[in-house]
Amino acid sequence: MADVAVETSDLKKTYTTSSGAIEAVTGLSLEVRRGELFGLLGPNGAGKSTTIGMLTTRIIPTGGTASVGGADVVRDPLTVKRRIGVVPQYNTLDRQLTVLENLEFRGRYAGLSARAARQRALDLLELFSLGPRAGAKVTEMSGGQAQRVMIARALMHHPEVLFLDEPTSGLDPQTRVNLWDVLRQMRAEGSTIVLSTHYMEEAESLCDRIAVIDHGTVLACGELAELKSQSGPETVLALTYDGEAEKIVGQVRQMDGVLRAEASGTSLRAFTRVPESILAALVLVGPDAGLSLIDVRIVRPSLETVFLTLTGREYRE
Amino acid sequence: MTATIAPAATARDTGALRGYWRTFAALLARDLRVMRRHLLSFTARTVVQPVLNIFVFAVVLPSIGFGAGQAFAAGGQGQSFATILVPGLVASGIVIQGIFAVTTPLIMELSYTREIDDRVLAPVPVWTVGVEKIAFGAVQGLAAGLVVFPAVLLIHGPGEAPRVDFGNWPLLVAVLVLSSLLTSCLGLLIGTLLPPHQLSTVFAIFIVPMMMLGCVYYPWATLEPIRWLQVGVLVNPLVYVSEALRAALTPTVPHMSLAAVLAVLAVGTLVTGGLALWSFKRRLVG
Repeated sequence: MADVAVETSDLKKTYTTSSGAIEAVTGLSLEVRRGELFGLLGPNGAGKSTTIGMLTTRIIPTGGTASVGGADVVRDPLTVKRRIGVVPQYNTLDRQLTVLENLEFRGRYAGLSARAARQRALDLLELFSLGPRAGAKVTEMSGGQAQRVMIARALMHHPEVLFLDEPTSGLDPQTRVNLWDVLRQMRAEGSTIVLSTHYMEEAESLCDRIAVIDHGTVLACGELAELKSQSGPETVLALTYDGEAEKIVGQVRQMDGVLRAEASGTSLRAFTRVPESILAALVLVGPDAGLSLIDVRIVRPSLETVFLTLTGREYRE
Repeated sequence: MTATIAPAATARDTGALRGYWRTFAALLARDLRVMRRHLLSFTARTVVQPVLNIFVFAVVLPSIGFGAGQAFAAGGQGQSFATILVPGLVASGIVIQGIFAVTTPLIMELSYTREIDDRVLAPVPVWTVGVEKIAFGAVQGLAAGLVVFPAVLLIHGPGEAPRVDFGNWPLLVAVLVLSSLLTSCLGLLIGTLLPPHQLSTVFAIFIVPMMMLGCVYYPWATLEPIRWLQVGVLVNPLVYVSEALRAALTPTVPHMSLAAVLAVLAVGTLVTGGLALWSFKRRLVG
């Protein structure tokens, strides 16, 4: 077990509201190994933030267990808090303090002496190319700078595991790529990183292993290559019509080269390994049956096809 | 590059209590640094209202012939109105600043900015962060009282000088500390229960009545002729702070029994503090 950094088993969170129970996480089990960059991928509302909230002791689970480095998040939250660094989804920097002070006080809250905290803060600001901004107010920072300050702040007390909740959401593409470089460097130095994201591209290009999450549970978990092989090297042809696609799905299933097909509402998905050779015939099926074709999309084997295969739904970012 | 981002075995393994104390001290240091930065505005907002009060009641009204002082002379047993006002205005200074010092930043931190999240990640039980808020609120309430004191002692019309007795200073210290703690506990409770857009409403429907009916301008005993009011104001915590300060500073002015006010202040602090910490934790860990 020594190489397991984070573990959850049948983790659940149900919120009771006046309008009934909301099941945010419905039985989530996963294992993050030490030294890996682990991604929780899922659409908005999949339960990623609630999961990170439970792993970082901010949300109390209603079922199952979760631990960080063997310390249970409910029974021993203080040990967990000592071991983790957290970069929340929103800018929670202390607006009354400067950039340097934000880092310093984070270190002192965690038990560093004032002198040690200052030295560590200066080192981290240097490392994140924020040295010249040390005395700046946090309200003067751009989105990307604030995000780097938050990461630096989370690292002040040398955490064993760094959690980042949607770290690049709302950042421009260039800033996002810069942030990826920072995370890759940290991983190369041996940090364990857990990040949630709703960007498929981010999970694909950054993470060692990925847990695909929807409706509060893990649909699939593994390296990108494993995940792709789980759903097969299939391409999905996604067609949208002006009427119910159900009436042509039977006919599509009969076509040569179509492995499977499914319809929901006005959309139809055909799974195939030979997309080029069936596309021409496929687009004619609808019009022959009186349906106008509105949109055609070719989804090559990727996390997106994994998601389509697992959920029968298109991925919505 | 000497520093690495990677983990290293550093976090000092101090005893649990010592660890809590370090974190608590760091939280306090943070608040003190922010307060130091806003010292001028803190002093201004603390002093303006009591100074205007004392100016109007102890200088302006007597000078233009409205004998506010005389009207109170009977109930106050021949004391100048300034003597009645000094404990009351110090009390309202403590209570209003003590509440606002905790409530205003807390409401922001809990709602729009969620700045408090980082402090909650400190390796201490969540209530420690709440206790620090209470402690620091009490420091500000106390500071407010000490700022108001000289102002209201020195400003008065001719012949209206307040007669204040500092002889029983241990009692005065006890009353000031207890009162500051009670009000910062109240501040924490209000701050955790109140939605942010209601802050101004609270001022209008909670703070203003508390001030007007808090025995700031009159001793509680003089309300005798309006019995329902005399009983009704007993729900107002400011009443006990005003009366306790009267007992300590102006013992010749009629005041509530010392034992009773001290008991109410102490029990009130414990009960409000307990509720406030429970509510604080509920807002932060779901």
